[in-house]
Amino acid sequence: MSEIAKIKNDVLLSVRDLEVVYTSAGAIIHAVNGISLEVKRGKSLGLVGETGAGKTTIAKSVMGILPDPPAKILNGEVVLDDQDLLKVPEKEMLKIRGKKIAMIFQDPMTALNPLMTVGDQIAEVISLHESCSKREAGNKAKEMLEMVGIPAERYPEYPHQFSGGMKQRVIIAIALACNPELLLADEPTTALDVTIQAQVMEMISDLQKKLNTAMILITHDLGIVAEACDDVAVIYAGEIVEYARKEDLFLHPTHPYTIGLFGSIPSLSEDVDRLIPIPGLPANPEKLPEGCHFHPRCSHSTVDCQKDNIPYIEISPNHFVRCTMCANKADYKREV
Amino acid sequence: MTNVPMIEVKNLMKYFDTPRGKLHAVDDVSFTIERGTTMGVVGESGCGKSTLGRTIIHLLESTGGQIFFNGENITRVNKKRLRKLRNEMQIIFQDPYSSLNPRMTVFETVREPLVRSKRCTKKELNGRVESIMTTVGLDERLWNSYPHELDGGRRQRIGIARAIALDPSFIVCDEPVSALDVSIQAQILNLMQDLQEEKGLTYMFITHDLSVVRHISTHICVMYLGQLVETCSSKELFMTPIHPYTKALLSAVPSTDIFHKRERILLRGELVSPINPKPGCRFATRCNHVFDKCHQPQILEEVSPGHFVSCCRANDINE
Amino acid sequence: MQNVEMNTKLSTRKKRESLLLITVRRLAKNKMAMTGLIILIIMIVVSLLSPILAPYPYEQVDLYNTFGTPSREHPFGTDELGRDILSRLMVGTQHSLRIGILSVIYSSILGIALGCISGYYGGIVDSFIMRFMDIFSAIPALVLAIAISAVLGPGINNCIISIAVSGTPSFVRMARASVLNVRRMEYLEAATAINCNTAQIIVKHILPNILAPLIVLMTMTVANNILTASQLSFIGLGVQPPNPEWGAMLSAGRNYIRNYPHMVLFPGITIMLAVLSMNMLGDGLRDALDPKLKD
Repeated sequence: MSEIAKIKNDVLLSVRDLEVVYTSAGAIIHAVNGISLEVKRGKSLGLVGETGAGKTTIAKSVMGILPDPPAKILNGEVVLDDQDLLKVPEKEMLKIRGKKIAMIFQDPMTALNPLMTVGDQIAEVISLHESCSKREAGNKAKEMLEMVGIPAERYPEYPHQFSGGMKQRVIIAIALACNPELLLADEPTTALDVTIQAQVMEMISDLQKKLNTAMILITHDLGIVAEACDDVAVIYAGEIVEYARKEDLFLHPTHPYTIGLFGSIPSLSEDVDRLIPIPGLPANPEKLPEGCHFHPRCSHSTVDCQKDNIPYIEISPNHFVRCTMCANKADYKREV
Repeated sequence: MTNVPMIEVKNLMKYFDTPRGKLHAVDDVSFTIERGTTMGVVGESGCGKSTLGRTIIHLLESTGGQIFFNGENITRVNKKRLRKLRNEMQIIFQDPYSSLNPRMTVFETVREPLVRSKRCTKKELNGRVESIMTTVGLDERLWNSYPHELDGGRRQRIGIARAIALDPSFIVCDEPVSALDVSIQAQILNLMQDLQEEKGLTYMFITHDLSVVRHISTHICVMYLGQLVETCSSKELFMTPIHPYTKALLSAVPSTDIFHKRERILLRGELVSPINPKPGCRFATRCNHVFDKCHQPQILEEVSPGHFVSCCRANDINE
Repeated sequence: MQNVEMNTKLSTRKKRESLLLITVRRLAKNKMAMTGLIILIIMIVVSLLSPILAPYPYEQVDLYNTFGTPSREHPFGTDELGRDILSRLMVGTQHSLRIGILSVIYSSILGIALGCISGYYGGIVDSFIMRFMDIFSAIPALVLAIAISAVLGPGINNCIISIAVSGTPSFVRMARASVLNVRRMEYLEAATAINCNTAQIIVKHILPNILAPLIVLMTMTVANNILTASQLSFIGLGVQPPNPEWGAMLSAGRNYIRNYPHMVLFPGITIMLAVLSMNMLGDGLRDALDPKLKD
């Protein structure tokens, strides 16, 4: 994917040509169709897309927690620090999960064990991965609580005694307790109120910078991407259709789907008379359209778009777009 | 056209009895909605906005206060009058999955309100249903499908079709696009705008999404834990918000403008419980400008034409 | 306009069948369920045509041929009065199926009605109905059936009533639980908003959505009730002689089990087949109806 030479140490995670399918009642669902991406140390990558685009599947593949069956990884490699996680035996993965990679899920209500105190749940992760006494684990857990803005005295309380936002903070504490190199955050604030969301996102960003943790942030909210991510990958029907630095994506969105997404969201800062929705429905992963999966909904589609091997072009340094138009018009720009 | 507002709500209250005490879901809320406008009601979870909408159209019975519809006091109505009122006031629900009977086809769902209201003859019935379906953009081949065969956007269109079937003048929209993907959301919002223009509808649009409410509303009410903290025109709310909660809420929305970092007002403290609450402003525990007077009942005051705020410190802290 | 109306009506009718067709198709794929269904159909045919099919009249006594072991003339042998067991079993099918099905129809109608009222209104009505059902549930079903039969007297109709009564609480409970589940759905609020009265809401919106698990319960209960009827006849309540009933035949044969086991074997197998087939059908129905309910 990226031919530009990078200092090898800079890239923490490299995913290449990942393909994942789900089999359900005879039907095959093409969830991820050849994804390649990179996450640099200490930086955050946003995965943006709507329901069914395959973002969660990608994260679970990296984490190695895809249920097999019904999911099956057909192809690809997930390289973390020179190790292909897809080839690592489960015994090894147990040491990596929680220690090198941690994941935060969307629903804080169900992610915590209701029968264990929050402090113990944080301490549990620490004891699993670090050789220290129970007391030391407990102390570290208290530190983590303070770090996420919860008074250490609340260590012996149970999850039901916390609000949604506080629960999510505990989950973040658990995730960051062993100082992982990579954090996978799957829509961490979607279930929270706006004011709580702001607090939690701020905290995630602060901690990420403090601990130099790389992050893959999955979201459908472009606003969150704008505030929390360095790089962005726009995903549609299991493929990356556009990949750029945040600034480039917001200033020069190029792929018609990306432009469509921007046109669909009402703006907080200016009056928009009428939204410009993307016509049609999201692609059906059981029967994906030929060639470019987006072409049935694209106002610019041509016959070329239905052929396989849609070019993935670097239209400007580190800005990639998967679209036939870019191959044709070298200086294609969005018309405002 | 008379100058009487379509909806007027005065000191409306809705309390629920719970084992732990009385839950003040809606507490002393007053505002008006003019014909043909869209009143956005925003607030976070637990603020009472859904309860407010359902109380106004009599899906829930109010505990206190008054409701006026086109000048008529409809706080307590008999069954007969309520039946007639239902032809005028309808509702669109949030969840496209639980708001449709899974055993009824699309056609049957949209036809039912017409059957119940006995408004058309049998001959006219199907014709009317067909024209409604076309209006909301439901293709003919879908008419005999069941809800579980369709996606969220189409299901929501069915909900909208059902709501407009009786030709109402006022529709409560309870988070109608919150459960939809962004691209579908835009389609539905456009549809709702078109319907409003075509039929002269008045909407009460309940949502937690500030960008959506800005886009679709002419006026906005901001609610916090059952209390109305601010109400004014949509433009004014976003240009000159006055109540500290409104300001915090607006500052919390993540912005797609990557070059202008919005100053974020971070709230501290915990939410108070809406069960047996103490008198006074419920936002006081998290407010950065809290004062003694905040613990007394607040009055909704007009600080500028059409702009009402419920805050004793409105004038002091307004920039 | 007329043509469009016609088309709409036609296509509406077409689609409505397909939900039923989907269930039937799914059921047809299930071999166990189909086996159960076939056995059941055979039994129903036998019960209807027994006067013709039975080789001998069921009450025909032949004192020269008592306790006959299975032979060419009497494939299942004869009982203590020389009556042909096969014929008696065939005629007995009528009674067992009648008791099983009718009792379930009564319990389910009463049970679903009570369950809907209880679940929909809640409050005192709910408490009252449920505590009342609790009283019935506290007594084992068979004991209850015996008690009611003893009060009403023997005979097939009283047998049906007593079994129906003892089976009602489970229908009430299941219907109520399903109603409580459905009550959380917004489409009930929507129905209120479009001017449906309570009866319309229960009939049009609640009932169709709670029927699936209830149908399964009904098939399972038929099996159970056939068994209970046998038990009642076994102890002398229920179907009276000379009417053949499987349980009564079992009872009569009990004394001779050492020397003439065929008198117990064949009625026993018949009971087992009936119960098994209903259970297999019920299981299959549960699977066929469930995936659609995954909503």
